[in-house]
Amino acid sequence: MPVDISSELQAHVIKAAESNMTLQIQGGNSKAFYGNHYDKNQSERLELSGHMGVTAYEPTELVISAHAGTPLKEIQSLLDEHQQMLAFEPPAFGDEATLGGTIACNLSGPRRAYSGAARDFVLGTRILNGKGEILSFGGEVMKNVAGYDVSRLMAGAMGTLGVILDVSVKTVPKPEVEITLVQSLNTAEALKKIHEWAQLPLPVSATCINNQQLYIRLSGTEKGVQAAKIILGGEALENSESYWLSIKEQQADFFLSDKNDTSLWRLSLASNTPEIELYGDTLYEWGGALRWIKSSDSAENIRNQVMPLQGHAVRFQNAYDDAFQPLSKPLLKLHQNLKQSFDPSGILNPGRLYKNL
Amino acid sequence: MERIELINKLQQILPDGGLLYNEEELHPYECDGLSAYRKLPMMVALPDSVAQVQAILKFCYSVDLPVVARGAGTGLSGGALPHEKGLLLSLAKFNEILDIDAQRCIARVQPGVRNIAISQAVDDLGLYYAPDPSSQIACTIGGNVAENSGGVHCLKYGLTVHNIQQLKIVTIEGELLTIGGSGLDSPGYDLLALMTGSEGMLGVIVEVTVKLLPKPERAQVILAAFDDVVKAGAAVGHIISAGIIPAGLEMMDKLAIQAAEDFVHAGYPLDAEAILLCELDGTNEEVSTHVSVVREILNGSGAIDVRTAKDEQERMTFWKGRKAAFPAVGRLSPDYYCMDGTIPRKRLPEVLKAISELSVKYDLAVANVFHAGDGNLHPLILYDANKPGELERTEEFGGMILELCVKVGGTITGEHGVGMEKINQMCVQFESLELTQFHAVKAAFDAKGLLNPGKAVPTLHRCAEFGAMHIHNAELPFPELERF
Repeated sequence: MPVDISSELQAHVIKAAESNMTLQIQGGNSKAFYGNHYDKNQSERLELSGHMGVTAYEPTELVISAHAGTPLKEIQSLLDEHQQMLAFEPPAFGDEATLGGTIACNLSGPRRAYSGAARDFVLGTRILNGKGEILSFGGEVMKNVAGYDVSRLMAGAMGTLGVILDVSVKTVPKPEVEITLVQSLNTAEALKKIHEWAQLPLPVSATCINNQQLYIRLSGTEKGVQAAKIILGGEALENSESYWLSIKEQQADFFLSDKNDTSLWRLSLASNTPEIELYGDTLYEWGGALRWIKSSDSAENIRNQVMPLQGHAVRFQNAYDDAFQPLSKPLLKLHQNLKQSFDPSGILNPGRLYKNL
Repeated sequence: MERIELINKLQQILPDGGLLYNEEELHPYECDGLSAYRKLPMMVALPDSVAQVQAILKFCYSVDLPVVARGAGTGLSGGALPHEKGLLLSLAKFNEILDIDAQRCIARVQPGVRNIAISQAVDDLGLYYAPDPSSQIACTIGGNVAENSGGVHCLKYGLTVHNIQQLKIVTIEGELLTIGGSGLDSPGYDLLALMTGSEGMLGVIVEVTVKLLPKPERAQVILAAFDDVVKAGAAVGHIISAGIIPAGLEMMDKLAIQAAEDFVHAGYPLDAEAILLCELDGTNEEVSTHVSVVREILNGSGAIDVRTAKDEQERMTFWKGRKAAFPAVGRLSPDYYCMDGTIPRKRLPEVLKAISELSVKYDLAVANVFHAGDGNLHPLILYDANKPGELERTEEFGGMILELCVKVGGTITGEHGVGMEKINQMCVQFESLELTQFHAVKAAFDAKGLLNPGKAVPTLHRCAEFGAMHIHNAELPFPELERF
């Protein structure tokens, strides 16, 4: 049974706003590593994990609604029973991961480049703004253009604009079959192939390049996948599912290998950006649009490489105050105005995204 | 500032002929696709460079002059209705495709480029731009972004918001901003989502980077006839339960079928109460598998006739009827009013029943065309604007339909936008707290409220008056709904 503690959460936010006490919003605490951390000690915790349970799920309507504290696991196993899934294949980074945290971080997995990001599947939210007002945006229908798209704005805002109370997300049917093909290629050749395939109607659902290997996942009907397999070529990988899980949850060797004094960086770039030699070992996902590197270089140096390419770099774990790439002055002003409009006292997760938000 | 002074200043910014201000030149801009609402703007600006747009907005900001941006003017909710004391900013001259990057499957285009022109330009690369609003031969991509336009393929391929990667906008203060990046995401808030569907209230779009998709290897359409709309609705659920997401899934009711058949002779069965058109696309093998599964489902759901288009020509004929449904209905009556609510699909039977009851009550016929896959309903109310009081009755009937959509858990607009048309129904869709938050979001971008004033989000005052109006008529439709 769903447990709705939104009125208690509301009271907590109102009290915090009145006393100017900042709040750290926490679901399952599985993504505590993500974002900035300098403000930690001065905040009270706002616990969402007790606000949990699926409130509506209609497989034929392709939508599931749940309180934010619902474990992602629970959502996934319920969808699984009905041969459905979350198309953005969210990384959990722990068994405690919640739906609310997943949406607030807008993190998406291997399928992202082919199906869309978490934000693409958000249909509606109920939130608590920084004044303690409970607001509903969007709904449970696919097409809805009434009012500004505040629901999607919550995705990736890291709780700085509002506490996500409830979310409705679009679900999709699971593909009948999935296989992964592996080819030995150097990075430049692998990127070239991926870009050729991207222009063809092939049922590609994930790509990864690392260590001179190109992994490509196909999803669809049995016959469709078999036909594509012949076109693409390569060896079928035996443990396809666990391979992609290891990429998504960062349990693959690339992520586990410990190098002293390095940080894990997530680079978002034009997919056809050539290899950047400087970075050394790189793991490519999303057809080349997402790149993981481990580097001890300064944030400034790394960002100076990606900014001229209109890309951005995230210090993915344990950043103090430089997790996300600085915004241009006019964009920052707009962000501050928006923050002010949702959270005038600045009590919701201040600094988690940017120091001055 | 006096009008003549405004004209002088704006002429200095714009090229020769770039500012229209004589009444006869202003008339073509008096309305958009919702022609029941008309107003003359004070002036029309036709800039041809981003620098001019920046200078115009900076100037408007400095003298508090309202600005309404306009693309092709095909919108159906009055979003581009001019402001009588303001400037209409036409983006018509921004009609160039700036760059096509086949490797990345993107195209960078100016806002005045027509939707279909993008697909045409990348056709020989085997690519296309997926969102296909029915006005796609005329509507522009800038307007598509402003309205978050959909089309018949949204269920599988998403709305505009899912198919764009970057925007360049000019703020009311004249600042040029890039939103989004070269990768699949960008730092900070998702302003790309916020801008999409914001109806010209937050900024002026001056460049759009759209995502392109490979053209499916094959598309096949199945036509199924039913003797009962409820069975047709249930069949849609059965197809989705089977794990199939059709590229398009459209339903038409009896009146719409008859109108379309009379108009284009698509071969629709005239004895049917409803037909479903189900398009399946993908690889050749996938489509073959899905066609046989869907045919079985349709037969099992009680269809009285199931036909698969035997060739591309028949596929086009099947679609022709659906695509001509609006003008076909237009032949049945001097005027028609197209509504745009979305409902959870399972509520379709009761919504259709309620609409037919309202149709009797208001003595106005309705034809229903339905994007059945995603729950987006387009009831077309037939009326005659020349008969006194009929337009008013139609608008009230339309308002009732939208409120009904909200009542069953849906929304007042699936793809046409709020604009001027549905501003009152926004008071039913949202409560004052949400509306206040919307106004605060608007103020974050446009503190003076100069961009498209009076559209999309009603003032609380307006909502109070709207509620009062209904009570005066002693016909408050849903007394259980909160009013403010």
